[in-house]
Amino acid sequence: MRDFLSKQVVELEPSGIRKFFDIVSEMPDAISLGVGEPDFDTPWRVREEGIYSLEKGRTFYTSNAGLKELRREICVYLDRKYQLSYNENEIIVTVGGSEGIDITMRTVLNPGDEVIVAQPSFVSYLPCITMAGGVPVVVNLKEEDKFKLKREQLEEVVTDKTKAIFISFPNNPTGAIMTREDLEPIAEFAKEHDLLVISDEIYSELTYGTKHVSIGSFPEMKERTIVVNGFSKAFAMTGWRLGYVAGPSVIMKQMLKVHQYVIMAAPTTSQYAAIEALRYCDDEVEEMQIAYNQRRRYLVHAFEKMGLDCFEPEGAFYIFPSIKKFGMTSEEFATRLLNEQKVAIVPGSAFGECGEGYLRVSYAYSIEELKEALGRLNTFIKGLEK
Amino acid sequence: MNMELRESILKLIEKNSRLDLKDLAIMLDISEADVANEIADMEKEHVICGYHTLIDWEKTSKDQLTAMIEVKVTPQRGQGFDMIAERIYNFPEVKAVYLMSGGYDFMVMLEGKTMKEISLFTSSKLAPLESVVSTVTHFVLKKYKDHGTILEAKKVDKRQVVTP
Repeated sequence: MRDFLSKQVVELEPSGIRKFFDIVSEMPDAISLGVGEPDFDTPWRVREEGIYSLEKGRTFYTSNAGLKELRREICVYLDRKYQLSYNENEIIVTVGGSEGIDITMRTVLNPGDEVIVAQPSFVSYLPCITMAGGVPVVVNLKEEDKFKLKREQLEEVVTDKTKAIFISFPNNPTGAIMTREDLEPIAEFAKEHDLLVISDEIYSELTYGTKHVSIGSFPEMKERTIVVNGFSKAFAMTGWRLGYVAGPSVIMKQMLKVHQYVIMAAPTTSQYAAIEALRYCDDEVEEMQIAYNQRRRYLVHAFEKMGLDCFEPEGAFYIFPSIKKFGMTSEEFATRLLNEQKVAIVPGSAFGECGEGYLRVSYAYSIEELKEALGRLNTFIKGLEK
Repeated sequence: MNMELRESILKLIEKNSRLDLKDLAIMLDISEADVANEIADMEKEHVICGYHTLIDWEKTSKDQLTAMIEVKVTPQRGQGFDMIAERIYNFPEVKAVYLMSGGYDFMVMLEGKTMKEISLFTSSKLAPLESVVSTVTHFVLKKYKDHGTILEAKKVDKRQVVTP
């Protein structure tokens, strides 16, 4: 029989997280700090609105781009939160931020186009670029820069084939953010080299100290920026699979074709629920943000006491401590921690080569759960130091 | 007095009064001494009135019944409702007394072992009070949620153990 598989797909690396997941699932009594989604339930009023929409029989497709009412609310929200000005025709409602990333790549890339990706990063960026025919060019962010992207790093890798820069701040897995001052040189660079910026801002509601700034809000940046965002993290709605892409209409018009042919439209129930989230859930969002911040402080402090080096993350719900001093790879460390103390923490190497030597610790857990896990981690480390 | 700090402390210990001072200090990014002082002050000022435990007595072998009693009264000249409330809330069986707007004046929460015990209390202590005009007793059949907490089942983490 002949080989039915696509060479490109076969050559894709399976996600490093998947590998780790398979090991953890064999261990039912392990406690986990490995989850990349909120521990909060979706606010009840949002769930209730979803139920109501089902009762009312709103079970049909919406328009391809998504409910007009929802797209309008997204515009209002983006403007009031991040001073991004879009109209409803510049928004496509997607099946999670993940689809947004995929259709963005398919819409803008020609074969051989290079996309600069700042790593460590979420696992899907590189495969999406590759599958769209593009070539990912990785820039390794450094801990001494607090895992922020620097203009000099872009200068080192830019070629005449470079088409776009991909950034995602607040960042999964490092918890790093980019302030207005940090983003300005990146925006300048993009303009000078005539590049597109693709900015995954799914954690935009979760910053601690300073408010999130979107590079798309900078002067003359709207026409060269695509913003991907969604409901998963801000409103604790991961399972609803709802996100959106905002960009200049020349691009969005073409992107709509891709979305239309592969997805048709995002889930209707989720879209109705999302309108409720955008309109009435500021308090719930703030409450979750406050709780994450308290846990963040708790973890940073605990790691300091344990002697685990880490820079202070200012966004998302991750801390990225260094385990380099133990002389193990992060995968070895994570595997031994799991076997010896039954705590699951994702090795940093799952998020790119430069994540080697780090762990991604999620604090989407209650203080009580964090306490228990930290106790075990501490025992493990003390054992190593002996 | 830092109202914002007070509120943050209260919000945290309202949900979990067993958080220790050290953890509170870290979570709120202030010194342990500051937390301790603020809490001590609030205890003195009776902003913090006690530290209780939320118990679902249904799951124990203890017989316990809660009743809510609507009480209509005639306010006394010069004393208003407060004096009558005091007469009522001093009974240890009474767990809560609220002054209400609307069709009646007080909502009185009572706890007792049996229906008989509670009716006896109402007829022998509450109803005969001089200013009480009438009482209507409602028995609680099931408590679903109390103090913002759903009693039925403990929340279990249904997330996958590791996700990107």
